[in-house]
Amino acid sequence: MNAPLALLAELTHRCPLRCPYCSNPAELTRASAELTTAEWSRVFTEAAALGCLQTHLSGGEPTARRDIVDITAAAHQAGLYTNLITAGVLLDAALLSRLTAAGLDHVQLSVQDADTTNAENIGGMPGAHARKRTAAQLVREAGLPLTINAVVHRQNLHNLQAIIDLARAWGAARLEVAHVQYYGWALANRDALLPTRAQLDEATRIVNAARGELRIDYVVPDYHAHRPKPCMGGWGSRFLAVAPNGDVLPCHAAQSITGMVFPNIRDTSLHDAWHHAPAFNRFRGTAWMPAPCQGCERAEIDWGGCRCQAFALTGDAANTDPACALSPHHAVLADALEKAATNTFRYREFS
Amino acid sequence: MTPRFAPGVRLHHDHARDRWVVMAPERMFVPDDIALEVLRLIDGTRDTATIIDQLAEKFAAPRDIIATDVTAMLADLRSRGAIQ
Repeated sequence: MNAPLALLAELTHRCPLRCPYCSNPAELTRASAELTTAEWSRVFTEAAALGCLQTHLSGGEPTARRDIVDITAAAHQAGLYTNLITAGVLLDAALLSRLTAAGLDHVQLSVQDADTTNAENIGGMPGAHARKRTAAQLVREAGLPLTINAVVHRQNLHNLQAIIDLARAWGAARLEVAHVQYYGWALANRDALLPTRAQLDEATRIVNAARGELRIDYVVPDYHAHRPKPCMGGWGSRFLAVAPNGDVLPCHAAQSITGMVFPNIRDTSLHDAWHHAPAFNRFRGTAWMPAPCQGCERAEIDWGGCRCQAFALTGDAANTDPACALSPHHAVLADALEKAATNTFRYREFS
Repeated sequence: MTPRFAPGVRLHHDHARDRWVVMAPERMFVPDDIALEVLRLIDGTRDTATIIDQLAEKFAAPRDIIATDVTAMLADLRSRGAIQ
């Protein structure tokens, strides 16, 4: 069994933004059920002992927690590389200075669009865009490396070049251009977000053309694919997440698989959760795989794709991810594209 | 020239796997033995010539051979964004 390399620490589900593709589960955890500072400190210590090298301090909005500086310090003291994944709207110079002193290594700042009006429509928070610009400046002034993360979809893909230009203008060393992945909130909003094949191809062309000028990581959507993503590099293989309420998860979306019972850090150690919890062992390796994954030469490359997507689109998390052209359910993706395209046409507007 | 780690990049001992890794924003890599010898001497004060001197002495090797290796290694690390 591999040891995990990275811990996603979802510190809270609270967030001033309301993005319709949020990766948080449809059922959000209330503040009163969130882990305490001391519990997070224990999680970081146990994660480092288990083999994790880095932690993503995420949410929701991680800086919505009043103890974010103490949490960052605890992660740093545990020996983890700390990455703050933030919307940036709550950051000010004083907080960033305290986070830097606490050992923060890197900041990933989300941007909803380069166009202020559209960005704030998508994020659902008036005034957010200017605050993000200020946050980027503060991160640079603190000497921290900055990554801009832009989730892209049909409502902002027409501005992709401007988003790339924004990332350079705001001083980012890296840009992540991530097409929406359709689970949870995003699945509920799929018809409004799913790009057409032509939009995807144009986006890929723009990203490739900009690669010489900026380090860009590009995540493509499954719906136009023939082979699935090797989600998380395999279930329970390299990655684990801890939800705000302490649930220990093989991926941040795993709670969308109804019927699965996940271990909780309040009842068990991270070590026991990783090594012994039935939920972690359920889809490890290849023995669980159905046809056509079983015996497939890509079984240990794709790992059957994404369990959450298989569940969301076929009703059974143990099915092959329908993103694979060999899946008997592959047609559901084409159906969704057709429906979304119809939706585009119906809501088309003159610009 | 004095090489230094890029912002957010550091050399870290991976206790669980007993190896050294270079941690960087959203990525990590495992340096080979030669790269590791160079990385361990990068502290923002040693210049390239000093690093070459120290490694030539450590490995009792001709300075020009070490210089070639170190120069190539620094160029590679720079292209990966690990050092400046």
